[in-house]
Amino acid sequence: MDLFEYQGKQYFARFDIPVSPGDKADTVEEALAAAEAAGYPVVVKAQVQVGGRGKAGGIKLADNADEVRTHAGNILGMDIKGHVVNRLWVEHASDIEDEYYASFSLDRAAKKHLLMLSAQGGVEIEAVAESDPDAIVKLHIDPVVGLDAATARQAAVDAKIPEKALDGTADILVKLYRCFSEGDCDLAEINPLILKPTGEVHALDAKVTLDANALFRHPEWAEYAETEELDERERLAKTHDLQYIGLDGTVGIIANGAGLAMSTLDVVNQVGGSAANFLDIGGGANADVMAAALEVINFDQNVSSIFINIFGGITRGEEVAKGIVEALGRVDLRAPIVIRLDGTNAEEGRQILADAGIPESKLRSEPTMLDAARAAVALAKN
Amino acid sequence: MSIFVNENTKVIVQGLTGGQGKYHGLRNRDYGTNVVAGVTPGKGGQDVEGIPIFDSVADAVAATGADASFVAVPPKAAPAAILEAAAAGVSFVVCITEGIPAQDEARVFNTLLADYPNTRLLGPNCPGIISPGKCNIGITAGEIALPPSAEGPNVGIVSRSGTLTYQALYELKQKGIGVSTCVGIGGDPVPGTNFIDCLSEFQADPDTHAIIMIGEIGGSAEEEAADFIKANVTKPMSAYIAGVTAPAGKKMGHAGAIVSGGKGTAQGKMDALAEAGVKIGLNPTEAGELMAEIVANLS
Repeated sequence: MDLFEYQGKQYFARFDIPVSPGDKADTVEEALAAAEAAGYPVVVKAQVQVGGRGKAGGIKLADNADEVRTHAGNILGMDIKGHVVNRLWVEHASDIEDEYYASFSLDRAAKKHLLMLSAQGGVEIEAVAESDPDAIVKLHIDPVVGLDAATARQAAVDAKIPEKALDGTADILVKLYRCFSEGDCDLAEINPLILKPTGEVHALDAKVTLDANALFRHPEWAEYAETEELDERERLAKTHDLQYIGLDGTVGIIANGAGLAMSTLDVVNQVGGSAANFLDIGGGANADVMAAALEVINFDQNVSSIFINIFGGITRGEEVAKGIVEALGRVDLRAPIVIRLDGTNAEEGRQILADAGIPESKLRSEPTMLDAARAAVALAKN
Repeated sequence: MSIFVNENTKVIVQGLTGGQGKYHGLRNRDYGTNVVAGVTPGKGGQDVEGIPIFDSVADAVAATGADASFVAVPPKAAPAAILEAAAAGVSFVVCITEGIPAQDEARVFNTLLADYPNTRLLGPNCPGIISPGKCNIGITAGEIALPPSAEGPNVGIVSRSGTLTYQALYELKQKGIGVSTCVGIGGDPVPGTNFIDCLSEFQADPDTHAIIMIGEIGGSAEEEAADFIKANVTKPMSAYIAGVTAPAGKKMGHAGAIVSGGKGTAQGKMDALAEAGVKIGLNPTEAGELMAEIVANLS
């Protein structure tokens, strides 16, 4: 779950990471109020989850109310790389003496936490990695041991952070690490981390990705879920707790298991079709889950055929079959279904489908994944 | 032979009194696995269809001599359950639980590494392991796996995806090819057992003659495996990587399956494996067909 900048800063603040005073604003009036509260000069920043906001004109400095009115009016509703700006973050503008980069993530190869720290901030870290890899200090941290202040300070020294910013940087690193580990982040990144002329170090931006698996111990994340950037189909899928990702094609996909669902997309593509979505109904899917999945697929107007690809492990064939029969009773499906059913209790499942008396124009079975993909793609093209 | 488990493996099921634990634990026993005990705190002394329940893994191990555990408890409880099994001396722990926070997985992995080096964790979020005809721990439907033949050639399977693991077993069974062991390592960011662990065991196992590997987008495990194969694996291999058409920046169901910053693409993984001499199928069926050709050349 990716957070917007303002949410990331609010999340940082929970862990005492210093950020500029500011507030979110959905209207010009709210932007003016936020600016008054933060104190001029202020920065008006578009809240979209895409890079290059500044270049697109989505970040502007304002010295007074007139300028806030102009900039907020221009930025709200602006389209930045396909993301429409519905919300601003208005914060007190900071004097910047120097800019750094800091992030914590999981290094999957090393199976340790990874600190990346650089005295070159405010630019894309990938570009620094390319042009001057030695400018980035990489430090592995054992998740069981954690990060202490002395180690953090040494990392800052190694990254050639200037003397006057060392203590402030080390302090923020320890807090950012807590945010990352206790706060269940996949990524906690500050770019730029700034040094002010007064000697204080603070976070000027915030990029936070939360681990959705940890939702059960973070009731405070509920508000983030409400603002997730989802299309209508994804929003509907979410109300049914389905693992759904909307795509642009015409073959609706339902599969059990993430790998099989990915593979189904690939096979549809190989035989000349295109998938309308990724949908993994997971292990233990029952009749209700299958019915909900079909409802979500049916909602997508681009779908002209539906490919259900089930290989039974936890998911039992008869459950899948019951779900389809039930869903066909509940939803008036616009598109025909092609199903490939194998694995645990597949025969019982096929029997249930055969006994249900569903016309072949609405539902047909194919023996293999490739055959089913070809049939579904052919139906989608007719 | 087989890897990690065999006909003598004694298995306890942590969570045998719960829905998933009971369903799959009993299926495993019906398959022929030595399921010797179940563990549920507070339910010691009861039994599930004749399998005795103990309050702790330590009690269960003391009473039965179990050396493997099947963890089938919810995400909140799974990290503690895995570590409890390790502390009780269980050497092989299979965890099927989906949805464990990545921070917990990283802590469990590094705790095992430091404090319980003799315990191997398979998973979490994996289908488990099956040595057809000998032992099945996890959620694999045993009937889709063909036992290895004494004369061979037999194939070892290692996979990051659950349902694609079954698909691979099924493809081989239809072609009459026996499987020595099939290991599902799971799709999470910090798997306890990785491709290299399994490839190294398969390379050493005299009854495994060829290997199928199934990967997916995200991370660099397949690329690391390719380096290992180049240097250490002499047995012929075929592979399939899921997610060729996955858009960047979208998690494809598994917590570990995401293409980010141009890294972890299916194409990059296929290229690395092909470079290491692995035959690449563009779908699971094709990987199975390539394996059938390999096996035909071996026999």
